[in-house]
Amino acid sequence: MQDARSALRRELAAAFADFIDPEYVIADRETQKPYECDGLSMYCEMPLLVVLPETLAQVQQVMTLCHQQGVPVIARGAGTGLCAGAMPHPDGVVLSLAKFNRILAIDPLARTARIEPGVRNLAISEAAAQHGLYYGPDPSSQIACSIGGNVAENSGGVHCLKYGLTVHNVLSVQLVTVSGELVTLGSEGLDSSGLDLMALINGSEGLLGVVTEVTVRLLPMPEKAQVVLAGFPTVQAAGDAVGAVIAAGIIPAGLEMMDHHAIVAAEAFAQAGYPLDAQALLLCELDGTAAEVDQYIAAVAEIFTAQGASSIRVSQSETERAALWKGRKSAFPAVGRISPDYYCMDGTIPRSQLAYVLTQMQQMSQTFGLRVANVFHAGDGNLHPLILFDANKPGEFARTEAFGARILALCVEVGGCITGEHGVGLEKIRQMAVQFNDAEIAQLHRLKSAFDPHGTLNPGKGIPVLGRCQEYRALAKGETS
Amino acid sequence: MDKTTQLVAQVEHAIATGQPLSIRGNGTKAHLGRTTSGLTSLDLSEHTGIVSYQPVELVMTARAGTRLDEIIAHLDEHNQMLPCESPLFGGAATIGGTLASNVSGPARPWGGSIRDLVLGTQLINGQGERLRFGGQVMKNVAGYDVSRLQAGALGTLGVITEVSFKVLPKPEATTYLGLALTAEDAVILMSQLAGTSAPISGACWYAGQLHMRLSGAEAAVTQTMAQWQRDYTMTEENGSQFWRSLREQNLLLGADPLWRFSVRSSAMLPHDADSVIDWCGSQRWLRGEYELETLSLIAQEAGGSIAKWQGGDRQAEVFSQPNAVLKHLQREVKHALDPHGIFNPGRLYGWM
Repeated sequence: MQDARSALRRELAAAFADFIDPEYVIADRETQKPYECDGLSMYCEMPLLVVLPETLAQVQQVMTLCHQQGVPVIARGAGTGLCAGAMPHPDGVVLSLAKFNRILAIDPLARTARIEPGVRNLAISEAAAQHGLYYGPDPSSQIACSIGGNVAENSGGVHCLKYGLTVHNVLSVQLVTVSGELVTLGSEGLDSSGLDLMALINGSEGLLGVVTEVTVRLLPMPEKAQVVLAGFPTVQAAGDAVGAVIAAGIIPAGLEMMDHHAIVAAEAFAQAGYPLDAQALLLCELDGTAAEVDQYIAAVAEIFTAQGASSIRVSQSETERAALWKGRKSAFPAVGRISPDYYCMDGTIPRSQLAYVLTQMQQMSQTFGLRVANVFHAGDGNLHPLILFDANKPGEFARTEAFGARILALCVEVGGCITGEHGVGLEKIRQMAVQFNDAEIAQLHRLKSAFDPHGTLNPGKGIPVLGRCQEYRALAKGETS
Repeated sequence: MDKTTQLVAQVEHAIATGQPLSIRGNGTKAHLGRTTSGLTSLDLSEHTGIVSYQPVELVMTARAGTRLDEIIAHLDEHNQMLPCESPLFGGAATIGGTLASNVSGPARPWGGSIRDLVLGTQLINGQGERLRFGGQVMKNVAGYDVSRLQAGALGTLGVITEVSFKVLPKPEATTYLGLALTAEDAVILMSQLAGTSAPISGACWYAGQLHMRLSGAEAAVTQTMAQWQRDYTMTEENGSQFWRSLREQNLLLGADPLWRFSVRSSAMLPHDADSVIDWCGSQRWLRGEYELETLSLIAQEAGGSIAKWQGGDRQAEVFSQPNAVLKHLQREVKHALDPHGIFNPGRLYGWM
């Protein structure tokens, strides 16, 4: 087995080196090491080979060759994903799109950008800024994550409620199929005739093809943005305040909630002036014309007061706005400081269920003997529980995973889902059985086969094997009864 | 009324007998796509009812045959709206048909399409199975987005029985402005204005006139209107009738075929008295006798596609044709959801 693998590695590496710069065909274990995992480093695996093609023709050739030999291909962007979606396959090739890092065109009049998949999310906005434009979705990894990876995971960010996810902001992609053929999906129009295959590609985790070019919509930069910070004595009051803002007909650009544990950790890290006595904190950002922002900021402050806010602060300058956001945006590393390790979950729930879900989670926290802090995209119901653990303590990660699985099952129970923006990858593949029944999973497999009949694109990710679903459901049932 | 059980039985019968189905709601969009023949009608017009509506969650779930006028009446009670402003066709348009055809009104570039708003669906696939994809929450990346895939598929991928979709609060204020301009100048000006943070909810050119609609916070609308009156000499219009006609797709009347371009918003296309530029340039309407291939090439040059929207020979193809690779992928996706080819065969393409 090991010998056969080594032989295949040598043979493939030689074949790739025929048309790719040999420096970019990585066969030695040491140089391959950084590719063993994505942002979820608890899951790792060494690949057969790593290749970094520099041209479209090379990508097509890699795909054709792998297709002919039945070799799995795992496309990889910046490797910042959080679901092990880009974790290598021991018999597969990691196809890195890192060399595809050019912004090909920005059309200020049509407000679009045509970019290669390896371009960083934030780099799009930076390049568009001279035209007064920016790219909407802003995942917290936006400094590092690539647009190709954003398409693969249908990434969101803190501005989703108003500006949508990746799927709402991508007009078109160029895709290399499993057999190496080139196809353009979507168009420069807002829709295209025929089946909307773009709907499938966004969030498909590299299971359907390799994205080699992306055209995105750009948005006008708002004339003004301002944020209101409010502390609340209970999670319930903060949740009700969110509902009251929506009920008043206001759609904030961002609406974030943090629970007490997250507030304390973030404040210690960022010194943003967060209210340490509050059980929950809301950050509500309004953007648009100056007149609109002034009108709505006053309205939101009034609503928060009426809903029992214990403290309210409105940013008076860009510096202050940035400082208030800094606490929220650094919440993950901040929590990292109060615990050796943390595990970030990504469930979505109807907002009305928030208080119930958080209460249940605190009970589970006691059962599992693990602390949990919560950061919540309150506007769109996307919850990020951070489970604190110590990977060096035997069995603690296994307990953390079990706790995480219970949280996701709870999300589904209250009408939500197992992942809002991080994706399924390998991490949540078992929980797919909680959200979907066998007929639905089988349907997803048939769709996969439509693009990838032999199942060589990122195998083992995204959609679980049916037999395993039944096992998992039986196991989960046993645990709860 | 929930007719799912009967619908599943009809689909099972169709599979067993090999008799393909023509899926139908209230028939308001019967003119879209190709003419089909020899199909048995699968009627969803009585599969109606709002299943749930939570105004604070901004989510509604309705059975496919529910009329848009009923949906809008419920939303009105909570001062909310369907942001894609889909045509009502006299109110009888259904939510299922709206999703299947992915038709949107003038607000589409800002409010999104029904394709953007759909959060989840319940479907009957070509094996007669009842499946649920997506859900009632804003963000959901578990599994492929089969719900969104239904948008514009004209019912070729399954029977949509239930749709969950995002709704939004109604804008506080709306106003209409106009300016006499050539089509070329209008395309440039509307594109430039769309690049500012002005609260635009419509940008259209028709018959030598640029029409702009502003919706949003009272203060923002008032301020932008004053600014545009001053900077561009725009004048306030009594526009509600015009924008209603635009939404209902009946500005261009006549017996000749109606064509729809979906293109790059800033593209320069030839325009005459029988054309309309909507969606800030992304959607163009044209009435007249033309060849599909000719207009298809023009659309392709402009980065988009063409549809023979209404009238003309509808036994022939009515949409831009995909190349061989894309054709293959579409066929495979169709086969994955409808292996026996029983749902609306030939409606989208003659070959599918």
